[in-house]
Amino acid sequence: MRALLAVYRAQLKTSFLMYLQYRASSVLWLLGMILEPVIYLVVWSTIARANGWAVDGYGVGDFASYFLVLLLVNHLTDNWVYYEFEERVRQGLLSPLLLRPIHPINADVAQNLTYKWMMLVVMLPTAGVLALVFHPTAHVTWLSLLLFFSSLVLAIAIRFLVEWSLGLTAFWTTQMSAVLQVYYVALFFLSGQMGPLALFPVPVEILALVLPFQWMLAFPVQLLLGQVDQRAIVLGLVAQAIWLCLSLALMTVLWRHGLRRYSGTGA
Amino acid sequence: MSMRYIALLRRFLQLNILRELAYRGNFYTQIFQSLLSLSFGLLGLAVIFDHTGTLNEWHPAQILALLGVYQLVGGVINLVIQPCMQQLMREVHQGTLDFTLLKPEDAQFLVSIRQMQIWKLCDIVLGLVVVGIALAHLGATVGAGQMLTFLVALVAGGAIVYSFWLMLATCSFWLVRVENILVIFQDLYQAGRWPVSIYPSWLRWTLTFLVPVTVATTIPAQALIGQLAWPTLLGVALFALLTLVLSRWFWLFGLRHYTGASA
Repeated sequence: MRALLAVYRAQLKTSFLMYLQYRASSVLWLLGMILEPVIYLVVWSTIARANGWAVDGYGVGDFASYFLVLLLVNHLTDNWVYYEFEERVRQGLLSPLLLRPIHPINADVAQNLTYKWMMLVVMLPTAGVLALVFHPTAHVTWLSLLLFFSSLVLAIAIRFLVEWSLGLTAFWTTQMSAVLQVYYVALFFLSGQMGPLALFPVPVEILALVLPFQWMLAFPVQLLLGQVDQRAIVLGLVAQAIWLCLSLALMTVLWRHGLRRYSGTGA
Repeated sequence: MSMRYIALLRRFLQLNILRELAYRGNFYTQIFQSLLSLSFGLLGLAVIFDHTGTLNEWHPAQILALLGVYQLVGGVINLVIQPCMQQLMREVHQGTLDFTLLKPEDAQFLVSIRQMQIWKLCDIVLGLVVVGIALAHLGATVGAGQMLTFLVALVAGGAIVYSFWLMLATCSFWLVRVENILVIFQDLYQAGRWPVSIYPSWLRWTLTFLVPVTVATTIPAQALIGQLAWPTLLGVALFALLTLVLSRWFWLFGLRHYTGASA
């Protein structure tokens, strides 16, 4: 355990220094992350304004708070390793990682955490500025804050494991861009990125209930904003616990089988 | 002179087709991805128009036309503009641009046409189909004048997007990691799915003057549904000419600063 902590400390330090080198590109990534929630916030607010300032009970201020919290949660749960996996497998970049006496996922986790903390320094003020522009309304209690943080930790873990597993499919297919696009579309509609799931047709809502996507994103957001009733809170936390186990199992199985197919070409 | 450029263009087209024919599976993947991206847009429209009749005075069929234009222009960007400019940046980074500069043809022309992702034609075809369906829904008879306006707006938009990319790519003569800006363009281009008039003024300004999304999507769509005023069209055409000249000048200026990392 202590050895692992030392490894993490070293990883955090190196990735911190690495990101410091590329400050400008990090800021550009940030702009991209902000834009999508802003687009859909604007779209929904436009509809709300045209229909008596609300859509199915969601007012303009509710949309603003939903998308601003979504922006932060999306940043904290986001992961981009799965974009790199194709290259790792194809160019044999995985070989040196495999030689280390530690699971490669640890390095990715460390790098990911560093990036999130670093970018939070920029992200929070940005969210603050957006809040000044869009006037969110929300009533946050201590309880909802507590629930939010616990479900946020679960959401981060689930999304990381799901997306790492997604990256592992590069062991089997060379058409990763199609796989990633399918994932992106599903994530966009079913995780609540396009808008609160309550505004979607019932079949979509049911689909979102059984798939992992909303437990990686929309659920913590709505917990914080107090948009979930008591029964749904329990249900959601249970769903998150189940998906944590499932995604961990999925990652372990895929990694074990995928590694056998890896021939280390190029290395 | 111009005949030679056409011959070169044809030769590069042939080369790119030959290269892609080796990977026929990619064709089916691309059809799948184009359909997926279209359904992504359609699903979004379905969810939105489930709650409202018009979006900022745009009717569903008009937004559908916009979606078609979005897919079409996105297809053109992905077919030739983006792959060419990405290759250019890569070669500047690696210093292999030298080989292109040594060729006895205009370097800007060469770097702008040599790399194509032929299967992205799927997006263009799909976009045209969606535009056609939208026009049928609109029920309006599209006159020759309106079609001409649409074509002019489309070409002008394409020229502005091309000049924008060329200028960005030229920046890589000085800066190292310009390719990240591409990510931003892709993100900002997403905003073109919706009429830019819905956005707050700062974002609308960004999408119009900082990054050419409005001219590439909303304005051609407006031309198509007959809501584009002549002065705007004229302004866009002039702006296109201006950016073409400006990007040409900037490219030549950048070339003088290129040292060639490999040499």
